Amino acid sequence: MVDIARRAGARMAVKSKSMATEEIDLNEALEREGITPVETDLGEYIIQLAHERPSHIIAPAIHKTKGQVAELFSRELKRPVEADPEELTRIARAELRQKFLQADIGITGANFAVADTGTVVLVTNEGNGRMVTSLPRVHVAVMGAEKVVPSMTDLMVFLAILAKSATGQKLSVYTTLVRGPRRAGELEGPEEFHLVLLDSGRIAQLGGPLREALSCLRCGACLNVCPVYRQIGGHAYGHTYPGPIGILLTAMLEGTGSVKELAHASSLCGACADACPVRIDIPKMLIELRREVGDQKIAPWIERVTFKLLAQVLVRPALYRLAARVGRVLQRPFARGGTISGLPLFLDDWTRTRDLPPVAARTFQERWAAEREAAP
Amino acid sequence: MTARRRVSLMVTCLGDLFFPDVGFSIVRLLRRLDVVVDVPPAQTCCGLPLFNSGYHAEARAVAARTAELFRDSEHVVVPSGSCAWMVKHEYPGLLAESGLAALAGEVAARTYELSQFLVRVLGATRFTSAVPGRVTYHDSCHLLRGLHESRSPRTLLENLSGAELVDLPGADECCGFGGSFSVRLPEVSTQILDKKLANVEATGAGCLVACDAGCLMQMRGGLTRRKSPVRALHLAEVLDGGRP
Repeated sequence: MVDIARRAGARMAVKSKSMATEEIDLNEALEREGITPVETDLGEYIIQLAHERPSHIIAPAIHKTKGQVAELFSRELKRPVEADPEELTRIARAELRQKFLQADIGITGANFAVADTGTVVLVTNEGNGRMVTSLPRVHVAVMGAEKVVPSMTDLMVFLAILAKSATGQKLSVYTTLVRGPRRAGELEGPEEFHLVLLDSGRIAQLGGPLREALSCLRCGACLNVCPVYRQIGGHAYGHTYPGPIGILLTAMLEGTGSVKELAHASSLCGACADACPVRIDIPKMLIELRREVGDQKIAPWIERVTFKLLAQVLVRPALYRLAARVGRVLQRPFARGGTISGLPLFLDDWTRTRDLPPVAARTFQERWAAEREAAP
Repeated sequence: MTARRRVSLMVTCLGDLFFPDVGFSIVRLLRRLDVVVDVPPAQTCCGLPLFNSGYHAEARAVAARTAELFRDSEHVVVPSGSCAWMVKHEYPGLLAESGLAALAGEVAARTYELSQFLVRVLGATRFTSAVPGRVTYHDSCHLLRGLHESRSPRTLLENLSGAELVDLPGADECCGFGGSFSVRLPEVSTQILDKKLANVEATGAGCLVACDAGCLMQMRGGLTRRKSPVRALHLAEVLDGGRP
């Protein structure tokens, strides 16, 4: 990609929103070559000014308040700016208009590519995709290799699904279909067009346990409903793709070892799978990743030993009964008024914020057995 | 005269160790409905904690043992949606590798979460509340999204004599328990819980009802810690107010 930009003699690149380019750290690579990347999606523009990464797949600056955005703009323009979304958008629009005209190269992602017509498809709500694909001399589209749909008929279905799940729209405001550079007799469009397909572990998953995740449209619906994402936000995941689907994509792109902790950053509540328009069974695959983490001994040994011991207890009822009796003895110093409010050391992980019920004075099965004996 | 229905109670590990009263409420409820209840001895756990943490060989051994215990049961009733989901949804696949696919399939088909068994099998919907006043209901994730059941518990609570069911905002959102998640990420788990409990307290209900021992452990633990007047009870305890 850098070669293409270099050959084009590019000094500035305008970009429309693309998670694929985030994945390969394209902005950093361009900057190293002295080429200035300019993000033109409003959210991406904001986080580029803040030197941050997207915290959401489709709403990259969702973690910022309008006040914070106004501060960023004030710093950039060296004049006070009102924290009014319409005003802020107007300012960004004016700033970006100049960049579109100056840029030598336009870089986009691709929401889909249509196999039978050779079309690259881009959806935006701001129209910046149109500018990026039509004004600069060179257009480079970067997309994950899994984004190909067979035909225009399929595309229509997916466009509707994507818009509805991503932003609750019937259709995104701009749907841009690109079939290569400007042809003879055409007045608009780039002189050169390049399409870059990313593999990065995707193709290997065609026969792998994460295969379903290749159907992801990047709509972000699973993030919006995830109780964990809603608490911790996208940056806490620490990788390009946040949220439940992000854990699967991170495992796909960077290997199982990279998600040994993230695989457990889910209560497996299933809200993600319910919200997913292409029915990716995310909880099932998170469990599968946990299995791999355990099987490949990437999980801490203490955890593996604990679970294996637990399993030994659960297949031996005598041991299980003994464990209940031992628990009753050990909990004695901590159980007050029928509840445990504090435990020592690492056992405090539960009791720091929540009370814990003690093991019952007599378990259900102990009471049941006693009653049977009393009245057979 | 039709033969009396027979139910084997799968009490579950949490039910056995921490919530024995729930099991006895279920026994009383079913007996009042003329159901013969047995409890296959030497039960431990369905294996869900091992399965969800990725220890599948270990979960398989536990599941095989549990499925075997209920081989001859006419109906298996489970107080927790998550354990019922494990048996119904995961046993067949998990036990196929042990050559127990047939047994797993049979047990799965005969297994019911309590509210489903009461409403959908017995058609019993009239009960008397053990906790008069306003109650509200939390959908447990595995019952709601795993077994696609949101109606049966509400039917029971709507018809409950002496109690008024009020809607819980965000009833379908997770309580933050998630098994080992609750201790692997205790801060996040608690933040999710706090949101749930704020919603619960805003309803003005005196009692929060759930159909899963895991959620109950989490929500009750949070309620008593914040010295809330709201009690978190299992559906069976709430329905157990005597004969209607």
